[in-house]
Amino acid sequence: MSGPERIAAAFAASGKRAALMPYVMGGYPTLEESLRIAQACVDAGADIIELGVPFSDPLADGPVIQAAGGAALAAGADLAGVLRVAEQLAKQLPVVLMCYANMVFAPGALAFCERLAQTGASGLIVPDLPPEEGEPVLAACRQTGLSFVPLVAPTTTPERMRLVGSRADGFLYAVSLVGTTGERSSLPETFGEVIAHARAASPVPVALGFGIATPEQALQAAQAGADGVIVGTRLVRAAGEGDDPAASVGALVGEFAAALSAGR
Amino acid sequence: MSPVEHHFGQYGGQYVPETLMPALEELEREWLAAWGDAGYRARLDQLLSDFAGRPTPLFLAERVSERVGRPVYFKREDLNHTGSHKLNNALGQVLLAKRMGKRRIIAETGAGQHGVATATVCALLDMECMVYMGIEDTRRQRPNVERMQLLGAEVTAVQAGAGTLKEATSEAIRDWVASVGDTHYVIGSVVGPAPYPSIVRELQRVIGDEARAQILERAGRLPERVVACVGGGSNSMGIFTAFLDDADVQLVGVEAGGEGIGGPRHGAPLTVGARPGILHGSRSAVMQDEEGQILEAHSISAGLDYPGAGPQHAALRDSGRARYEAVDDVDALAALREVTRLEGIIPALETAHALAWVLARDDGELDLVSLSGRGDKDLAQVLQS
Repeated sequence: MSGPERIAAAFAASGKRAALMPYVMGGYPTLEESLRIAQACVDAGADIIELGVPFSDPLADGPVIQAAGGAALAAGADLAGVLRVAEQLAKQLPVVLMCYANMVFAPGALAFCERLAQTGASGLIVPDLPPEEGEPVLAACRQTGLSFVPLVAPTTTPERMRLVGSRADGFLYAVSLVGTTGERSSLPETFGEVIAHARAASPVPVALGFGIATPEQALQAAQAGADGVIVGTRLVRAAGEGDDPAASVGALVGEFAAALSAGR
Repeated sequence: MSPVEHHFGQYGGQYVPETLMPALEELEREWLAAWGDAGYRARLDQLLSDFAGRPTPLFLAERVSERVGRPVYFKREDLNHTGSHKLNNALGQVLLAKRMGKRRIIAETGAGQHGVATATVCALLDMECMVYMGIEDTRRQRPNVERMQLLGAEVTAVQAGAGTLKEATSEAIRDWVASVGDTHYVIGSVVGPAPYPSIVRELQRVIGDEARAQILERAGRLPERVVACVGGGSNSMGIFTAFLDDADVQLVGVEAGGEGIGGPRHGAPLTVGARPGILHGSRSAVMQDEEGQILEAHSISAGLDYPGAGPQHAALRDSGRARYEAVDDVDALAALREVTRLEGIIPALETAHALAWVLARDDGELDLVSLSGRGDKDLAQVLQS
């Protein structure tokens, strides 16, 4: 099964109001622990795992994920280590790697995608790669059977929405708010519009991310039409707290899964 | 009409989150409209003259000339209001932001000169101003922090990483990702995603346009070499641009050699032939490791303490039109002291790198140096070194 096919199957089989897509920072707090955390997400009902590669200069991330990435690098995380985590997870469910552009281009887009595809991962998200610069990575994903997951934002104009949407082949990542990643006490009023515009612009499922911190917000996103819900900072924060981060992240993911399953 | 290049050969581009792409499109559109608008140009020219004090003089540095055995001219950007060339760009961009209806300005700063210039124009034009500055730089350039605050700007000390220009720029971009509706980001150098490298170059080319006419009048000839320091590379691009078509004029960019370009502690990605990489929205020569993690730069000079350089510089290097060399911390400090005693001009530590390059050479016929800024901000650091 190709990456896009495997992702489509996961959306179809989720059995929830929206597929649950936890974000795990690879290598945080350590590589071993990040695998345990991700495994806890799988066991608690995740449908797809978004696995972050720590980067020195993450422009799309707020303070929590920035700090986690910095800590992961300080603890010795590297791409090879994160790809080993991806390989373990990909045996169980689709894994989508979130990686900044410089690391994708460093070995060459095709070499990077070949290496990623070899782990069994299904897709790639590059948060600082708009379509204007994305052609080499899109082509490399197509060539290696990976899904290329582009992002749209509340500021994205209708013309751009069509341009970006036309490139998505696994799912389209809709950014809920104007800002960097991080928990918000409530979703902006306009998040429903982003979902609606994204859905209209692309035939593939739409997953909403950025700012989703509570099961109630995840349910709101599903009710507004999101096919998937990405929960990042809230889980990364939990991964940095307590004696058993895998257990606390797993418990949280369980709450999100329960909220998204209620009434089905 | 000003050209806005999206790419310079294999360099440049727009590597930013999708959230910012519509803002970059708007900025390019509005910039082209403003640059073609006689009203905008007249207002900018008037401020450059009456507020900034342009044209800045061309100065024949006689004792330096005697010391190196050839005429050396200084283009005196240190005499621009606020003490550096940075005001040229800040005036143009804040005026543009005002025209676009933005109410808030953000900027990054290393040495504080761009932050001071931006805070100054924000005071003049009544705009809210937030400046991001690495926490290490707030320490070594303290007087500029105080100037910005006196001018009414808020200064945010950025703690991440080494607490220098790289982190300050990342944090300014993150602010912009969240505030793009009512905020304009005044990038201080010829870096960042398109259209910024083109906008900043066009606003800084006044340095070279003036200097070329001045030296033709004064010396009756073009310089053999034009020398300028390069951090992000705005004063150098500003002075180089006027001479790009003068094939006989050599263009020399001087980067920060830090503790020596043989080791990792420097800020000279162009000189050492660093691999192309993506930093702060564009592709250029970037100091990075095998996997693509960006490395921390090092320089005694906060304004050159940056692991990247403007994309057009990388293209000029590859084409051979400009060449790039490095001067280390020790030689820059010595040049600062020497030029101060020889000419009665205290240059900025950044500028001192270009001066050290000139002082180290005994060949040539006529050098033109971009004296990009004054060194008052550096006194504490120079006196303790």
